[in-house]
Amino acid sequence: MNFLADPITFIIEWLRNLLIGWGLSAGWVTFVMKLLGVAVVGSFGLVLVIFLIWLERKVAARFQQRLGPNRVGPWGLFQTFADVIKIFTKEHITPRGVDVVVYNLAPLISVGAVILLWAVIPFTPNAIGADLNVGVLYLVAVGALGTLAILMAGWSSNNKYALLGAFRTVAQMVSYEVPMVLALLIPVLLSDTMSVNGIVKAQSVIFLVVSPLAAFLFFISSLAEIGRTPFDLLEGESEIVAGYHIEYSGLKFGMFFVGEFLHAFTVSALFAILFLGGWRGWGVEQFPILGFVYFMLKTFAVYFVVMWFRTTLPRVRIDQMLDFNWKLLTPVGLILLVVTAILQKIILVSAVPLWVAVIVHLATSLLIGWATVQIIKARQARRPRRQPVAQPRPVARPPEATQA
Amino acid sequence: MTLEQVLFLVFAVVTLGSALMVVTEHKMIRAALWLILALFGVAALYVLLNVGFFAVMQVVVYIGAIAILFIFAAMLTRKSMEDIGPQVNSGWPAAALIGALVFVSLAWMFSRWSSFAVLPPALADDTPALQQLGVALVSPDAYVIPFEIASVLLVAAMVGALYAAWGKNE
Amino acid sequence: MIPLSWYLILSAALFSIGLYGVLARKNAIAILMGVELMLNAVNINLVAFWRYLDLKTVAGQAFALMVFAVAAAEVAVGLALIISVYRRRKTVAADELDLMKW
Repeated sequence: MNFLADPITFIIEWLRNLLIGWGLSAGWVTFVMKLLGVAVVGSFGLVLVIFLIWLERKVAARFQQRLGPNRVGPWGLFQTFADVIKIFTKEHITPRGVDVVVYNLAPLISVGAVILLWAVIPFTPNAIGADLNVGVLYLVAVGALGTLAILMAGWSSNNKYALLGAFRTVAQMVSYEVPMVLALLIPVLLSDTMSVNGIVKAQSVIFLVVSPLAAFLFFISSLAEIGRTPFDLLEGESEIVAGYHIEYSGLKFGMFFVGEFLHAFTVSALFAILFLGGWRGWGVEQFPILGFVYFMLKTFAVYFVVMWFRTTLPRVRIDQMLDFNWKLLTPVGLILLVVTAILQKIILVSAVPLWVAVIVHLATSLLIGWATVQIIKARQARRPRRQPVAQPRPVARPPEATQA
Repeated sequence: MTLEQVLFLVFAVVTLGSALMVVTEHKMIRAALWLILALFGVAALYVLLNVGFFAVMQVVVYIGAIAILFIFAAMLTRKSMEDIGPQVNSGWPAAALIGALVFVSLAWMFSRWSSFAVLPPALADDTPALQQLGVALVSPDAYVIPFEIASVLLVAAMVGALYAAWGKNE
Repeated sequence: MIPLSWYLILSAALFSIGLYGVLARKNAIAILMGVELMLNAVNINLVAFWRYLDLKTVAGQAFALMVFAVAAAEVAVGLALIISVYRRRKTVAADELDLMKW
């Protein structure tokens, strides 16, 4: 095995031989290797966040015609390190009346739930933590833990704003899980496997082209899952102060912050894997390490779009958020799933060439999307949207003025 | 004692311990959180039984949906009991006695059975088993009717839950 | 290798704990939690029987999946009823809901 072509496998093999050379049994070697893998992938994610925060601030600043952090280090690159050191030295405040165990557990689960997602992400063709045969289902399962963390934080803080934030979160996350699962099932149908690496391998034509509508649904619903603008009702600074993490200070707040950023990056990675072909690219067969480069490039491209959304769109209201999910995304997702399943079965039975299958799927996807837009337009023409105008408000008058 | 057995004992203690906390805890939301831990223990036991699919399903269905519903309901009805005073009714010693009796009699009944201490047969790979399950659920000569009835049940439950909690006629 | 007996004893214990919860708890939500524990005990048994005795067919697994569906439906309806009762009677204590008793 050549080091330059595939350094990850090379290092793994070298370590394995080293450990066997030390006289460990095969089971223990696997155990130690898995443990090291967990440590490496987890630390990689956490270190990445330091860079992501800088990137986000810089990109957001450019969108808003500012400069962003530019004092500490070149291009302000070390700004986040300064912030991290500051947050380390801050006081941990535990307010009176909180449920101490749950209160302290919530930030840990919030970060842990995100890092757990990285276990099934294939970085290169053969560098994957665990290639589960139910990988896609695992992604959904772990996503539920994030909801739990926020609910725990909101309840244990003993604060009405935190509780309101938690209620909103659950409404949002449980609702948007439905279209997300529906959209996740489309790559599963197209690739005939639930293993994440299998889905990447099946994308000789990337699924963004095969089923753009599914990609769209997945992107919107994962934006809602990570609670970013336009779906940041769970924090809503101007309405419920900060939502579920209002009572957290110091590093505990930092954990929520890290979890949020890492989650945004992780769903970008998932989008890149499920719809953009993950590590696929030119020359991956000879040099598997190139797969990592392609994967990161695609992920950062998606992450840029996420940041773009965040900096340009305003926050939606809670009724709009729920309407959008249950009256638009979920029905469209259901229709798309049923149609794709039938088409895929016909394609499998009739054994048509790949390009025909792609064109058929693409045409259906676009047709459903177009029909949805037409229906929405027709509905709006029938019942035009109420324009928000300032209503004359009753003015409070002293009692004698009204009697006279 | 092998590693597998140690893991089993750890998960069994976690499951049973948190199940005991579920039925004795005073605060309802804490009981729901203990319930989540107990469900996690069961999920881990599924992994030990080589059914990873069920472990994941356990997390999706029980923790992702059912436990969160429990927490929600506990929050919405919190005012009524304020989590103070006795959380058990007057018949709790009888209930404990019945529970213990059921456990003893179940254990006695199992131990009389011929394949009580049977060891598991070797398992090649769990992917074919999963596919077999999937095919069996939708094939007409296997479980398609129970499967469809289950989906009808879920729809009925959804409609019923909406109707019961609507609260229009107040 | 874990003998089948371990799983059977575990599930019997879980079932009994759930039964105690159902019989002894006052709060209707806690009673539902007890029912969930009992259903889980049943599921452990079903899957364990499949793994130890019946690898050829999928009956145990299919049955366990049905239990999942039933549990989800039961909780949805049960909690909706509890919330509905709470709205009318301002209580979720099972022994205070005695309209039908005289």
